[in-house]
Amino acid sequence: MLAHLPILQVIVPLMAAPLCLFLNRSKLVWLFALLVSAFTCANSIFLLQQVMSSGTITYQLGGWDAPWGIEYRIDELNALLLLIISTIGTVVLFAAHTSIQKELAEDRHTLFYSLYLLSITGMFGIVSTGDLFNVFVFLEISSLSAYALIGLGKDRRALWAAYQYLIMGTIGATFILIGIGLLYQMTGTLNMADIASRLAEVNQTRTVFAAFVFLIVGVCLKLALFPLHLWLPNAYAYAPSIVTAFLAATATKVAVYLLIRLSFTIFGIEFSFSSLPLQNLFLVLGLVGIFAASTAAIYKTNVKHIFAYSSIAQVGYMIVGYAIQTPTGLMATLLHLFNHALMKSALFLALGAVVYRIGSAQLSQFQGLGRQMPLTMAAIVVAGLSLIGVPLTVGFVSKWYLLVAAVEVGMWPVAVLVLLGSLLAVIYIWRIVEIAYFKPPLPGREPVQEAPWTFLAPIWALVLANIYFGIDTRLSVQVAQAASQSLFGINP
Amino acid sequence: MWMLEIPPFTLFFIGGLIAALTQGKLRGAIMVAIPVISAMHLWTVPEGIHLQMTFLDYELVPYRADKLSLMFGYVFHIAAFISIIYSLHVKDTVQQVAAMLYAGSALGAVFAGDLLTLFVFWELLAFTSVFLIWARRTSRAYHAGMRYLIIQVLSGVILLVGALFYASETGSLAFDYIGLDSIAGWLIFIAFGIKCAFPFFHNWLTDAYPEATPTGTVILSAFTTKVAVYALARAYPGTELLVYIGAAMTCFPIFFAVIENDLRRVLAYSLINQVGFMVVGIGIGTALAINGAIAHAFNDVIFKGLLFMSMGAVLHMTGRINGSDLGGLYKTMPKTTILCIVGAASISAFPLFSGFVSKSMVMSAALENGYDWIWLMLLFASAGVFHHAGIKIPYFAFFAHDSGLRANDPPRNMLFAMFIAASLCIAIGIYPQALYSLLPYDTGYNPYDATHVLAQTQLLLFSALAFVWLNLRNMYPPELRSTNLDVDWIYRRAIPNVLAKVFAVIWQADGALRNAVTSRLSQCQRFIASKHKGLGGLLSGSYPAGNMVLWVGVLLAAYLFIGFVSKLTA
Repeated sequence: MLAHLPILQVIVPLMAAPLCLFLNRSKLVWLFALLVSAFTCANSIFLLQQVMSSGTITYQLGGWDAPWGIEYRIDELNALLLLIISTIGTVVLFAAHTSIQKELAEDRHTLFYSLYLLSITGMFGIVSTGDLFNVFVFLEISSLSAYALIGLGKDRRALWAAYQYLIMGTIGATFILIGIGLLYQMTGTLNMADIASRLAEVNQTRTVFAAFVFLIVGVCLKLALFPLHLWLPNAYAYAPSIVTAFLAATATKVAVYLLIRLSFTIFGIEFSFSSLPLQNLFLVLGLVGIFAASTAAIYKTNVKHIFAYSSIAQVGYMIVGYAIQTPTGLMATLLHLFNHALMKSALFLALGAVVYRIGSAQLSQFQGLGRQMPLTMAAIVVAGLSLIGVPLTVGFVSKWYLLVAAVEVGMWPVAVLVLLGSLLAVIYIWRIVEIAYFKPPLPGREPVQEAPWTFLAPIWALVLANIYFGIDTRLSVQVAQAASQSLFGINP
Repeated sequence: MWMLEIPPFTLFFIGGLIAALTQGKLRGAIMVAIPVISAMHLWTVPEGIHLQMTFLDYELVPYRADKLSLMFGYVFHIAAFISIIYSLHVKDTVQQVAAMLYAGSALGAVFAGDLLTLFVFWELLAFTSVFLIWARRTSRAYHAGMRYLIIQVLSGVILLVGALFYASETGSLAFDYIGLDSIAGWLIFIAFGIKCAFPFFHNWLTDAYPEATPTGTVILSAFTTKVAVYALARAYPGTELLVYIGAAMTCFPIFFAVIENDLRRVLAYSLINQVGFMVVGIGIGTALAINGAIAHAFNDVIFKGLLFMSMGAVLHMTGRINGSDLGGLYKTMPKTTILCIVGAASISAFPLFSGFVSKSMVMSAALENGYDWIWLMLLFASAGVFHHAGIKIPYFAFFAHDSGLRANDPPRNMLFAMFIAASLCIAIGIYPQALYSLLPYDTGYNPYDATHVLAQTQLLLFSALAFVWLNLRNMYPPELRSTNLDVDWIYRRAIPNVLAKVFAVIWQADGALRNAVTSRLSQCQRFIASKHKGLGGLLSGSYPAGNMVLWVGVLLAAYLFIGFVSKLTA
């Protein structure tokens, strides 16, 4: 049983997804889905423990040996990602039953859970597989179900947003597929480790280089790196709240994982950073992304849009850490991956609670909510502080390491820009606080009630996690450090 | 009785929470009790590190007590106590809560043993105090508060960057002597300097303090700058640059203060002037000078508080604060007048008042260490203080021409608070040994020797004579309603105006350029689209999906191009 943990992580939600359709009663399906994702969560904790204590786990699918069969490979990085996805997936799902009652038509509830599980399966698959083509397959599974999930929203603009996401996502996936195809052509294998070992002979060819560029651009599209971010805001803003909370916390993270895996494990650091001036490119794109997206967030009037743009900015921070190209920088990226998942899921869930009560995420509708929904708004404030990077929250920890990494290699302008970027976050969080706390309630609206406990419990669990991991950084820092060191080939 | 590890700020933060939830007399009682209990606790605290933890890879010391921090701890408790009594009549929950949290943050900052903790409280000082300004609820106050907040937060950010550099240079975050020999040192120095109101950084103070509520200004005047003085005394004692900065700080505000009409702004300038004395003391860095700086900070909190309180009382009772509107109030506000004069005598360093016993320490230290010119500047500044704070404030508010205002003495709690402050001023002036025994160094200094007393009395008398003569000859700058330009004109008027003009030009050029480029681009696009009709119009600009696809293409091409170019050059 223990030996099969890697495959169980993927196969259980995959099998459970169609089963949802048989249960066909909203509450029952919810409980079932919750159970399944709780299982994956426990499973990922086991995996992480195993990896941390005894090193990388490999699993041969169906008993076929590696280059021929499909291999699952879990190291520190994979285990961290699995933990993030499964935990956030479970916590967010907890509020799903309440939330979708208002936001989805009754007959779509079963579909929703089924798609949710499929999407999570896809992400688990991408993260745990050691086979490049398998990555593409799971990428499509998770993306297709994500398009459908976004399209489920009652708002008709959701369909349009999902359609655009579909086009862009497909182009991204196609680029990735082209890249994989070119690599296969040059090396004759699809196993990541195998490709890595064979690439050395052919890595001066144009084909390999073109493969690299296709993969990078495709992944950049998936992770919404400026200027390929345009699909994201609408997709996040018009999707059902639960979907937003889930995708915002996980989807871009998986893409960042892919970027790291591709450039560090498959192509190798040397090739990745020498064949393209990736360091400068990503530094510039990351920083421009931080400023462009944060500025855009300041002027948005829909709070979901605000946080969607802020997500793009946060991706910018991760990319800056990646581009610094030192173990500390990569560690900052991984920490921010973890921390950003915590803050964004808390924020979007809290927004979901607001939408549940007032039916809108327009900033102007937030008037007076500070008094009427004190716990929900307090959660937004705390998670917002974390987003800004105030000490004692997780946001501070990752920004700190990012700054340390920048200063270590003498990129002090980067450090200053990162700090200035954080100040922009102060502005858009403050706008929400100002309207929610300092404006009287909207005239003519019935007094709004506090969100139900099914919302408050997961929201506050996440908010407390934001604070807990901001103070006790052992778990996150240790895992991130181990992962980044093993990627750089440093033995601790 | 209490656990030693509880840092002093916790009680104030709890108090802030209670103040938010209670009302009326109960709130008043609790708020008065908190500084008393906390002070009794602090009195029993020995020196040493009381709280330590590991965060990230650093040792954090959120609670470290030594003579320096304890001294500031005591005076902050006194200041908190007095200003809470002074504002007991205020019903505004926002102000009461902000005052408690603000005092707590100041205490947190002075007991911080590492730069990260210091940074946290540094920013908290800004965020809590700004509500005391906004609580005036005027648009002027709102904007002044915003400017205040921006500058304060900026100072915090610079501090954080400095701390970061410091950590990467030395591997530790300990908040001890830092010095100016690295970038980190300079950054932290600038951060402290902003909060300390160094020349050219001082405008947040004169801009925002006079806009706060009558009670708010009293509280504001006690903490922010003194925390900065503490931080300088901890990290940069003996830095010669500080001597010159401090001397400049003592002199330049005098000119502004003399022509300023708003009496609370006059006091704000004189606050900078007094802080200047402390900065000079820290810069000289000998035991006597440091003692003087700290003792002066201690006294300044009390007598400057007293003066702000008396002006607050005038504002509270009459609703006016401009020197040109006031006058003749001594008839109906006799008690306030007397208390104000005590404050004025203290700030002017009359013998037997508290200012005398501390200011003379700094000046003696300047002479002893060969800073003769600095000593002269300080002497000039002392005369100037007497002019604008010692004479001008009481004279224009309570005497001068009769304005016809007939306001009564303020409510009892305000009078009582002023009375406590006035008693302390006199008590310290008469029996300075009590204050000296708390100071970090034992110097055996005695302020009451013949030369000091004589020199100071002469100075004061001649300066008073000058005022009388100038006034009689009508040469003293009259109190006018005017706007006096200070350095903040640069960032409040000049830069915005210039920027507006520059941007107007840029936007025009930019608009024209954009039009040209976009029309060219769309021409190209149309051309490409017409060539690619077979693709179902994918490239024909169906915004934004098409737009995004275009970007993907552009990026792919760019990456490939860059890659090939870098390969060719390699």
